Amino acid sequence: MALFDFFFHNLTRSAAILVLLILGGVIFSLIYGSLPAIRAFGLGFLTTESWNPVTEKFGAVAPIYGTLVTSTIAMIIAVPLGLGIAIFLTELCPHALRRPIGVAIELLAGIPSIIYGIWGLFVLAPFLQQHVQPALISLTGDIPVLSSLFAGPPYGIGMLTAGFILAIMVLPFITSISRDVFDTVPPVLKEAASGVGCTTWEVMRYVVIPYTRVGVIGGVMLGLGRALGETMAVTFVIGNAHRVSSSLLAPGTTISATIANEFTEAVGDVYTSALIELGLILFVITFFVLAAARFMLMRIEQKSGA
Amino acid sequence: MSLYSHRRRVDVVAKAMCWAGTLFGLAWLVLILGALIYEGARGLTPAVFTEMTPPPGATGGLLNAIAGSLVMTVIGVVVGTPLGMLAGTYMAEYGRYSKLSMVVRFINDILLSAPSIVIGLFVYTVVVARVGHFSGIAGALALAVLVVPVVVRTTEDMLLLVPGPLREAAAALGLPRSHMLLRVAYRAAKSGIVTGVLLAVARVSGETAPLLFTSLNNQFWSTDLNAPLSSLPVVIFQFALSPYKDWQQLAWTGALLVTIAVLLLSITARALSSGGKHK
Repeated sequence: MALFDFFFHNLTRSAAILVLLILGGVIFSLIYGSLPAIRAFGLGFLTTESWNPVTEKFGAVAPIYGTLVTSTIAMIIAVPLGLGIAIFLTELCPHALRRPIGVAIELLAGIPSIIYGIWGLFVLAPFLQQHVQPALISLTGDIPVLSSLFAGPPYGIGMLTAGFILAIMVLPFITSISRDVFDTVPPVLKEAASGVGCTTWEVMRYVVIPYTRVGVIGGVMLGLGRALGETMAVTFVIGNAHRVSSSLLAPGTTISATIANEFTEAVGDVYTSALIELGLILFVITFFVLAAARFMLMRIEQKSGA
Repeated sequence: MSLYSHRRRVDVVAKAMCWAGTLFGLAWLVLILGALIYEGARGLTPAVFTEMTPPPGATGGLLNAIAGSLVMTVIGVVVGTPLGMLAGTYMAEYGRYSKLSMVVRFINDILLSAPSIVIGLFVYTVVVARVGHFSGIAGALALAVLVVPVVVRTTEDMLLLVPGPLREAAAALGLPRSHMLLRVAYRAAKSGIVTGVLLAVARVSGETAPLLFTSLNNQFWSTDLNAPLSSLPVVIFQFALSPYKDWQQLAWTGALLVTIAVLLLSITARALSSGGKHK
């Protein structure tokens, strides 16, 4: 009995250590896999735009740029929307509807990313191409900065469409975390604010959101982490063009879309290795974003005493 | 008075925006599911379940892809679940306040949201590049790596909900700790752990990116796990991006099947966990 007890204790501990080893393995294997590319291009990999499989010259600027731009578009759309839905669910929604609507929003997170991809390619992109993008182009045609953001022919696919789909995909994460941290606000604070005559909006704006700021930022960063690494949905609608274009309507690429599109077709060690190095860059970026998010969410948990 | 009416107006506008935002969010769910059912149901014939994926221009189904997905998901879950449960058990029971648990909890949360494509690259460099070819085993391993953090998280959370007096009662009867865990704590946390496993299955059954570089795809019926193996998500990816109409139709039908499976799993998981809470 005591022997089995000892054995079981150590078995569970080994499993816990194995989780650490998996992360270590991920980091180590990515570094090992990108060594040929690091040797070939050095730091120039991060500053070169050209991506030429024929001459085996690779640079990561276009995918990094695309990743940042699509994620930024996603966050600009999803953050206010997600906070609005969270406010709706905690303050405005009739009690009977709270659970069904909350579950419905969370189901959006359950839909696999490839489904967003096929829907984006066949339904959303044609719609944007025919109805939304021409309007955007003609509306912004005379305004100096905006006209270059929305320049060129309406392809339908491109960075704006990708950002849009990402926004829908990260929306449930931002919503459900914001709702959870809103629930950590002691009711007495809200009652006090209402008691001195604040409107519902003022209670949210001046009491709830400041109180939960760290947690909300954590939730937003968790959503950002998702958006940065999202692969299949983006691969379908981004257009996979290795160039940096000032127009949001132009096709581009992201780190994960490049890897997904090209990995199985990559011939030669340097090409494969360049793609793995892209993966390493993506992992480093998301690691820091996610670590910051978890750190902030941990702080708000301690505050609520949970 | 004008300040008051201004504040009222801001409040009304803000509330209206929250309502509109929620309707907007729900509209996407309806639009996506609507398009899936509309496009996918047209191709839903018995042939989908009895025939292999066709070359362009020929008729066929998705049988080998469905089978491949099932096989890899089952192996992934069978490998990942015990590992996740053991690690979760350590964190909740043996090392609740230890440094190791804190670190593992943090790392596990990172793995939980890490891009799955990176996990695919990891298995590629560790397995595929070593062995020299794509295989069903490598695909299943990639899925197992994705299952682990979900199960770790729910096992730990659920074991922490098991009341302490239950453990003390078991200890007072003279049960060794391992028996207390296996016979008492696991039983009390069962529905929660099952929920976690279902969520993990839901998560991996739609995964595409990690399978692209591990199991790749196979046009034919294959029972050889050491060879490339077909899977629904990868077939959807390939067929949807092809220029052939009948391939695109099969992609929609496959997408409908995957979505139904995933949503059923997550709804079941949700029903189970809320059933457990009311007890």
